[in-house]
Amino acid sequence: MGRSRKNLHGWCVALGAVLVLVILPGLNAFTAPTNLFHVDNFWINLIGKYLCYAVLAISVDMLWGYTGLLSLGQCLFFALGGYALGLHLMLMIGKLGQYHSDLPDFMVFLGYPRLPSHWVPFRHFWFAAAAVIWVPGLVALIFGFLAFRTRIRGVYFSILTQALTYAACLMFFRNDFTFGGNNGLTDFKFILGHDLRSPSTQRALYLCTGLLLLLTYLVCYWLTRTTFGKVQRAIRDRENRVLFSGYATADFKLFVFVLSAIIAGLAGALYVPQVGIINPSEMATDKSLEAVVWVAVGGRGTLLGPILGAVGVNWLKSVATRAYPDMWLLILGALFIVVTLFLPKGIVGIPGQLRQLWQPRSPPAKSPTGDSQSSSVSAKPLPKPE
Amino acid sequence: MKAGLTWALALACCSLRFGLLAAPAPAPPGAEEGVRRALTQAILDEGPERAKLLDDIARSGSKVAHEVLTAWTRDGVFLYEEPGGAKLPLLLEDQQDADGKSRAMRIDNGRFLAGPDGHDLRFAGGDLNPVDTDMKLRQSIQRVLDTLALADPIAESRRSAAAKLGNSGRLQYLPVLEDRLAREPNAEVRRALNEGIALLQLHDTNAATQIDAIGRLAKAKAIGALDVLKALAASTQAGPEVARAAADAVASIGGHVEWVNFVGTAFRGLSLGSILLVVALGLAITFGLMGIINMAHGEMIAVGAYTCYFIQNLFGAGFAFSITLPINFWGKPLTFGLHLPGLNATGGFYETYFLFAIPLSFLTAAAAGLILERSVVRFLYRRPLESLLATWGVSLVMQQAFRMVFGANNVQVSSPAWLQGHFSVNDVMFGYNRVFVIAFAALIVLGTWLLLAKTPLGLFIRAVMQNRDMAACLGVRANRVNMLTFAFGSGLAGLAGAFLSQIGNVGPSLGQSYIVDSFMTVVVGGVGSIVGTVCSAMAIGTTDQVLQQTLGSPVLGKIIVLGAIILFLQWKPGGLFSIRNRSLD
Repeated sequence: MGRSRKNLHGWCVALGAVLVLVILPGLNAFTAPTNLFHVDNFWINLIGKYLCYAVLAISVDMLWGYTGLLSLGQCLFFALGGYALGLHLMLMIGKLGQYHSDLPDFMVFLGYPRLPSHWVPFRHFWFAAAAVIWVPGLVALIFGFLAFRTRIRGVYFSILTQALTYAACLMFFRNDFTFGGNNGLTDFKFILGHDLRSPSTQRALYLCTGLLLLLTYLVCYWLTRTTFGKVQRAIRDRENRVLFSGYATADFKLFVFVLSAIIAGLAGALYVPQVGIINPSEMATDKSLEAVVWVAVGGRGTLLGPILGAVGVNWLKSVATRAYPDMWLLILGALFIVVTLFLPKGIVGIPGQLRQLWQPRSPPAKSPTGDSQSSSVSAKPLPKPE
Repeated sequence: MKAGLTWALALACCSLRFGLLAAPAPAPPGAEEGVRRALTQAILDEGPERAKLLDDIARSGSKVAHEVLTAWTRDGVFLYEEPGGAKLPLLLEDQQDADGKSRAMRIDNGRFLAGPDGHDLRFAGGDLNPVDTDMKLRQSIQRVLDTLALADPIAESRRSAAAKLGNSGRLQYLPVLEDRLAREPNAEVRRALNEGIALLQLHDTNAATQIDAIGRLAKAKAIGALDVLKALAASTQAGPEVARAAADAVASIGGHVEWVNFVGTAFRGLSLGSILLVVALGLAITFGLMGIINMAHGEMIAVGAYTCYFIQNLFGAGFAFSITLPINFWGKPLTFGLHLPGLNATGGFYETYFLFAIPLSFLTAAAAGLILERSVVRFLYRRPLESLLATWGVSLVMQQAFRMVFGANNVQVSSPAWLQGHFSVNDVMFGYNRVFVIAFAALIVLGTWLLLAKTPLGLFIRAVMQNRDMAACLGVRANRVNMLTFAFGSGLAGLAGAFLSQIGNVGPSLGQSYIVDSFMTVVVGGVGSIVGTVCSAMAIGTTDQVLQQTLGSPVLGKIIVLGAIILFLQWKPGGLFSIRNRSLD
């Protein structure tokens, strides 16, 4: 049974990859707009956006689902990656901006005499591309080192990451932080010499995102099946026990934290040219919480779950905000509550939950007092973990 | 009696017509008549009598005089020649009719000028000759106006007039100020007058007078005189002794300024800390004691604030809302709404609304907390991380509900009069609302402490929070205690909301702006410790204010505080007052 399910899983991934990487862009490029099977540019762009979110969701899942670290700051890394590429795209506008100056528009508007020196190296694409990786990685390394060294864990870790994100968000909102303040970076024109608005560039970006998703998926799949992955899950379940078994849990957590920051940064970098704007509201804490919802809805502790959750919830969002703009927050909030209370394993876990319903209660040896008390959660006579 | 009534009406009339200060001073009708007569004479008489008349007018402290003289300096007083040849001084009304003409008020009796047929005559600006003024006359009129301001019935206006005259640097005002000082009853104004006199005497040519004035200014710690004294200390024209005395005075006053700033910052820090404390105390209960990450805490605050708004409207014009859901129900859109008539209260009774709103905001938020606990939170006591997610969902739903019921924009909650304004002790200003929040915070901390430490319920709460299973085994009804504790924590958030409605805007996302701060406060204080929460709220509040003062930027200050908190937790991971025990987590 285990083997057949593994095969099924492999087939699912392969099928999904072919659909996303070959069929959809192929239908977009090689069919006429009048064709029934034609995929519109709008859809390519939209699905590209969803795929970026899916990569972000995997990074959240690596932390939360596999290591038990609920980070409310994952969108900070996403936005940092986005800003890193955004700086380059901003400089690529050249003189085509509203003020026809070498400086980006907002700098002319705010009266900068020349380009700030930390902007200069972003003229080179390779530098920006490297920054997409090392900036989020470095921030995660410093913060993670400080947090894990003092064994900040559980909800405290969540609250601290929230504070970090909040502080960063406030900082980016300031005009004198030189990253465009409130409005952020926008109005991009070219990437590597190609017009950003042309369908072929968009398709290439879409393909890059699909490849990134596939790559992330495969790397994470491999990683979670190594000894490292086992230690990771052990930390999630009983951190003290792992610690006492001689593993430096802080190092493991730091590695996962930095890795998922880099993954999130890459997702952000691909998100920005497809959406055309990056501003500080992308790193607000509620965005991070939204990413956590995707994972929760899809099913944490699995790798397919986050992808399903990210695409599904965002598709629902697109539909709902168009049909019932007032109701979207109600729907999202209700989704949160329902999933947390009734579907702890998410969509992916539904078959398992259903199967449990069909099967007769397996442990009949349970004492009658235990059964009657299990209805009141607070008085459950379970041995307290740790 | 009847004449008095007519005068009062006429006065009310002109103060309205000319759009000047609202309520006329209640002057005895006889005095008012005398002033009008003196004004008419002063305008018509161009001889030496005029100066004396103006002096008399200056002493009267009359409102009419203020209006007429102000108009005069602006060429707004006109002469009208009666058919008999007598001249009448007039003021033209601001309000003009379609032809650009307006009615004219006689200065000698305050009535509108009527023609022989009894109708009011109307003039355009060019029809009449304005009464001429020259430089000298305008100066003396200005002096009369300034003196009149010193006699204003409102103490605050008298104080600012004295300060203005003191800073004018014109020695001719010296007798005016001294004259007023002899009659002034208000201590604050007397102080301002004394300061003004000393400031004027700085411009005296006699060095001894100057040094004496400097000494008095230094003794009075006159902050307003700092700039003048600095200039004097640096000036080359003043004698060396004068300059030295001025330098000493600058040093002494400078010390005083520093002290005032210090106390002011400390006070603002204390009040900001109290706000944080009020906001975080509820969270210290739900998060600190119960271990529930209640992301909807901010919305509980908003519930309290909106309750205030609701009660205010009930006391005022009433409250109504209606929601249309985008769902069709048998062909009709589903709509429901509420309309409550208001009491239309005014004045003092209207302002008591806040006294009703405070307990009600506690109760509403507590009820909301109760519902939240029963419906969502009670399933999640063993899964704290998931309580975070579920309560965040609740917070989204509640925010949207606020938007639907109260609108997406901020609503206005007016403060009662006794929360507005400030008093100052030794130049340090204390706003009433800030003093109120400090007292309010102290009161609810005391109440919380009493509840937790001195009541049987408090004992149960502490037992359940320490070890839920053990307490349940020993017969404590853990479910009920959980429910009550959560409701109490939420009620405290509601109280915070009632207060926040008095100092800022009330909007659907009110709670969001406080949620990070309140979590930080609880974490820094040490989870589970009320004392810790008090200390950390005060520490964060004061640090924030000090940083704001030194950096001059609230946002930068906030960022630094957040960074400092992260570093602080390196040093003390459990917060200020961590509870020591032997368990690992």
